[in-house]
Amino acid sequence: MLVKINTSFCKGCDICIEFCPTDVFEQSGTLNRKGYYVPVVARVEDCTGCRLCDLLCPELAIVITEEQGNGDVVADVDNDD
Amino acid sequence: MTEPRHRLMGYVREEIMPHRFCAGCGCGTVLNVFVNAVDELAMDPTRMVCVSGIGCSAWIPSPYFRSDTLHTTHGRPIAYATGVKIMRPDLNVVVIAGDGDIAGIGGNHLIHAARRNIDLSVLMVNNMIYGMTGGQVAPTTPLGVKTSTTPHRNIEPPFKVAEVVAAAGASYVARWTTYHVFQLKKAMQRAMTKKGFSFIEIVSQCPENYGRRIGLKTGAELLRKIKEQSVRVKKAQEMSEEELQHKIVVGELCDLDRPEFVTQLHEVTKEQVESFSLENAS
Ligand SMILES: Cc1ncc(C[n+]2csc(CCOP(=O)(O)OP(=O)(O)O)c2C)c(N)n1
Ligand code: SF4
Ligand code: SF4
Repeated sequence: MLVKINTSFCKGCDICIEFCPTDVFEQSGTLNRKGYYVPVVARVEDCTGCRLCDLLCPELAIVITEEQGNGDVVADVDNDD
Repeated sequence: MTEPRHRLMGYVREEIMPHRFCAGCGCGTVLNVFVNAVDELAMDPTRMVCVSGIGCSAWIPSPYFRSDTLHTTHGRPIAYATGVKIMRPDLNVVVIAGDGDIAGIGGNHLIHAARRNIDLSVLMVNNMIYGMTGGQVAPTTPLGVKTSTTPHRNIEPPFKVAEVVAAAGASYVARWTTYHVFQLKKAMQRAMTKKGFSFIEIVSQCPENYGRRIGLKTGAELLRKIKEQSVRVKKAQEMSEEELQHKIVVGELCDLDRPEFVTQLHEVTKEQVESFSLENAS
């Protein structure tokens, strides 16, 4: 799994940090352009791909993609409309 | 650095993103779950009309969802949606608005649309407060909460909106929260494909005008509380009124088939037109 955060959309609400079942996210202390503290993906190897954070994020700021062996991103799961 | 793009951005008016909801507001989560529900159903947004009223929650479809939208007056989205559905029964008509809008000022429209079983899907975002106007008491505010219009404590018992709608005659009724995103997505899909009046009460967090007033500083804290307060319908049946006092009962309340209003209205109209035709007149 590859987990990325759109840091210009993120408003630093920490919902992903609070609810990720495997504790993938962490506070970073980094401010984005709008002055919000954005989280970091600290333990991507623990991501099970459950997509809870993806659906909970109020900003549609979390992008999860599946990786294949060589590390290439295979697909933006489902839809590319 | 280019930012990663969400796979469902095509359903959203990307040119005005990020949206205007406060940090941690449940309205954003409802938008997120809604686009996921629509995408999985392979529903064509050009065959949908989303109708909203006035309030923060009303902004979820309008302007953010990329379908035709009607942003109407406070309390009246169900009335406008009824008109749309009668004239264009081929379109999927979805109402998204707040608890103040749908159950407060628009309460009568809600009850009667459910009674008539009009083929609409109503998603009521219940943040337990009037968010947009600065935190006045809503008909859904829990007892004891201090709001800007109940500065000492709220003495009005909250409406159990989903139960009221089920009792009034709706075909499908469920209550979920912005924590129960997978269940909520399924419920939205059921609502949008079910014939008849479908209603989902979505208990949501308004950190700015509700959370702060009950001593919770962030959306995440308020969402945690909402999660902890949630009890499944089945379990709730074994609990006393007292035990349920500060609980949120989540799950499906009804899913049944009843005659639908718009279909019958068009049948009656057709019968009348036929009875007045020239052939019958001679
Ligand atoms: C007829 C009318 N009465 C009152 C208002 C003022 N007003 C705007 S939004 C709102 C309530 C918002 O609460 P809700 O519908 O629950 O939406 P929220 O902002 O909480 O999402 C009120 C009273 C109005 N715009 N029109
Ligand atoms: S849930 Fe979304 S908006 Fe909130 S901190 Fe995480 S990435 Fe940012
Ligand atoms: S006031 Fe409340 S409901 Fe409105 S955008 Fe802010 S957090 Fe959301």
